[in-house]
Amino acid sequence: MQNEPTSSAPGLAGTPANSSFDILHSPLGSPQQGASVREVNDPFHGDLLEVSMGPHHPSTHGVFRMVATLDGEIIVKLKPVFGYLHRNHEKLGENTTYLASMPYTDRLDYLAGMTNNWAYALAVEKLSGQVATERAEYVRVIVGEMMRIVNHCCLVGFLFNDLGTSFTPLLYAFREREKFLDLFEELTGTRMMYNYQRFGGCRVDPTPEWLAKAKALIDGFPRFLDEYEQFLTGNEIMLARTQGVGRLSPELAINAGITGPVLRATGVGYDIRKVDGYGVYPRFDFRVPIGDHGDTYDRYMMRILEMRESVKILQQAFRDLPAGPIIDPKAKNRGLRPKAGEAYGRIEGPKGEIGFYLISDGSTNPYRYRVRPPSFINLTVLEDMCLGHSVADAVVILGSIDIVLGEVDR
Amino acid sequence: MSEAPAISQEERDELRRNGILLTSLEEIYNWGRSNSVWPLQFGLACCAIEMIAATCSRFDIARFGAEVFRPSPRQADLLIVSGTVTKKMAPQVVRIWNQMGEPKYCIAMGACAISGGPFKQGYNVLKGIDRFIPVDIYIPGCPPRPEALLNGLIQLQEKIKSQHLKGPDAPRHLRDDVDCIYPVPEFGEHDLVPPKNPNLYEPPTLVRPDKP
Repeated sequence: MQNEPTSSAPGLAGTPANSSFDILHSPLGSPQQGASVREVNDPFHGDLLEVSMGPHHPSTHGVFRMVATLDGEIIVKLKPVFGYLHRNHEKLGENTTYLASMPYTDRLDYLAGMTNNWAYALAVEKLSGQVATERAEYVRVIVGEMMRIVNHCCLVGFLFNDLGTSFTPLLYAFREREKFLDLFEELTGTRMMYNYQRFGGCRVDPTPEWLAKAKALIDGFPRFLDEYEQFLTGNEIMLARTQGVGRLSPELAINAGITGPVLRATGVGYDIRKVDGYGVYPRFDFRVPIGDHGDTYDRYMMRILEMRESVKILQQAFRDLPAGPIIDPKAKNRGLRPKAGEAYGRIEGPKGEIGFYLISDGSTNPYRYRVRPPSFINLTVLEDMCLGHSVADAVVILGSIDIVLGEVDR
Repeated sequence: MSEAPAISQEERDELRRNGILLTSLEEIYNWGRSNSVWPLQFGLACCAIEMIAATCSRFDIARFGAEVFRPSPRQADLLIVSGTVTKKMAPQVVRIWNQMGEPKYCIAMGACAISGGPFKQGYNVLKGIDRFIPVDIYIPGCPPRPEALLNGLIQLQEKIKSQHLKGPDAPRHLRDDVDCIYPVPEFGEHDLVPPKNPNLYEPPTLVRPDKP
């Protein structure tokens, strides 16, 4: 935040807030540029202050902007402003072939590219009537759950950054992330943009050495998690800053379409891995962690517990991984022309329900390509969670929702 | 500063071994500047994650004196444009660039910042940040690896070390013929207004070979 009066009314920047001038007042969320602090005159509520945070702000997780109206330090109104990273994802998807859209899905949620690939592959498989091979389904679970661990690990680091620990937990998280990224790089060739899933299977088959390395990493992961939790979970400052902060009621969460850990923290046991049972998830024995209060602390704990469950799933997947082809030999990827129709493929991504809705008109490109981004829909309740809290808490609440702007703005 | 040194390199080395350091003002000025480049903490898109990875323990950008990421543009020397610049964001990026104090440098990190990258066909994507601000180093990749960012930083340090206090190689703030303020575009009805800074960028002219 920069304490600069806007240039729109330079002569009035020093006007007392309680004077009768109402020139500085403008409707909330008007498209002003840049970060600014302005005084808003409201005869009924005393002196309110309108603070614009972002799009360049270290704690808004990218180019996100929120316009907060403050009474003292308490937020009485908050308006999120999106669109600073609108990269025309859906329009580009309509102009490229089905396969050529796959690399673009990596760049939606760039902390968890693998699960985006998976959801898109699932949607196209539904549309074109293809089925992934057994081994590919297991490999999808392996890479998807590893991606979930990476995402949650980084999220906890970023959340503590927002709490003011200034980088140290993030260093631990990124140390672990690098180990996973090395494995992904060995498997797919890139660190972040994997382009790994194909319709009917996966692109390359993991070698036995790769699987052994991945298994060793997963077996050692609970030890890191214990160490991480020992530093963070019982921390007194952390408890004081997160417990009871940013409460979300289960009714509102369901009505607003919230999914993922944010929904489960409110006590609603809705996990698409269990509800849909897509892929081979019904064969694994795992539990879905559910919160109690729906506050920031519960949302943090959801991530920690889900990482532990992911480790359990991964160990079962490594044990049961069958032999066979990684991709259906008859699978059609290039020049795919599905019959006219529509399909919606969704999976439980690290942030919630990530879904792709496709309408085919029988040509090589989808007629309509729509992404259901979890973090954009989870962001809609930001104001309800922030009301009555201070600005510093709003930063923490935003951090606990886990947004990635590539997915919010698309 | 272009005169030949009065003593040879061997003599300087001999003196340094005996505890006497001889240098020129220009050399020590550039040495200090190039080894304490403070970047702006400013992430735009995917590349920002690799920028964070470069600051973390494995790649450790602190080895090159650039670990002090400043949230305020007033305290930063280096703008790393890390990701896609959309037309809605471009005015803010140019404004941040103007808020930084000279001497300042700009790295365009990733294909999107260089040319629009995979999103170049999009109606809302700026086709390269060099249309509005002067870019010193281009780092290709989608996203570039942290090693590539470190390599770009080393290249930038070389560039800083090769600058002179006078003449055409001087940094912008020591020259009279260059304006340090860059016009901020507006988010217009159809495109940015103006769509480019004509002093910085001219679209390449296509030269067709003559038909035989």
